[in-house]
Amino acid sequence: MTVTDVEKDPAALTMRITCEFEAPIERIWQVWSDPRQLERWWGPPTYPATVVTHEFNAGGRVAYYMTGPEGDAHHGWWRIVAVDPPNSLEFVDGFADENGVPNDAMPRTTTRVQLTSASAGRTTMVVASQFPSREAMEQLMAMGMEEGMILAAGQIEDVLAAVAR
Amino acid sequence: MVAINPDEKRADLIFHALADSTRRDIVRRSIEGELSVSALARAYPISVTAVQKHVAVLERAGLVTRERRGREQLVQSRSEAIADAQRLLDEFEALWRDRIDRIGDLVAISETGDEA
Repeated sequence: MTVTDVEKDPAALTMRITCEFEAPIERIWQVWSDPRQLERWWGPPTYPATVVTHEFNAGGRVAYYMTGPEGDAHHGWWRIVAVDPPNSLEFVDGFADENGVPNDAMPRTTTRVQLTSASAGRTTMVVASQFPSREAMEQLMAMGMEEGMILAAGQIEDVLAAVAR
Repeated sequence: MVAINPDEKRADLIFHALADSTRRDIVRRSIEGELSVSALARAYPISVTAVQKHVAVLERAGLVTRERRGREQLVQSRSEAIADAQRLLDEFEALWRDRIDRIGDLVAISETGDEA
């Protein structure tokens, strides 16, 4: 896969990332629509995600937690705004308490995902995220970045080996 | 530190301010260092008065400040706010690049069965 374009607008607090995969659109749609596949990429190998609820329809809820190296659990949720298989998905995501109850004091991000068939067997994916405010972004990054740090190549290989087994 | 106020009116002002290519260019130049209104007027095919109007729009949006020094009016970006947002977006980009890498690996494995 290749990231072909990244547009970041610090004034509008938006990020739009475009990438291309060597796989048909239905295959890429599955990584979002199938909870078992979603949990293999949403969190990094050091903070793997476990999806507990996955109501993949407008108004539906996705609930998950990520497990840290110390066994620490970090809960999160999505609310699906719109879903149009296999082309587009829009959701709001936020954090939750240890019981998975959405924490309204924590900031939310709105994300739009757009898939298009680029050519035979290739798919373009555009992920556009909107933050409510700079403060919200800062809060999200402080909470999420320990997991989001770029991983050593070795870790990725471990995951691939484990997944292939 | 200057924060971009989340309230909507402020957002409108910022969007409006950055909707014009001359004003975006003024912000870009001012990030690189403070500069005078007269220097800006020389950079564009517009009058000093027109530059002052653009600067006033940017100032209202909180993107620049104006300071009089002697006979010159200096324009300074309030770049901390923009730089902070930029840095955070960079981190967010890294997070999504990692996720995209993992999606790529995942679909490669299931296509070929032995990609790892």
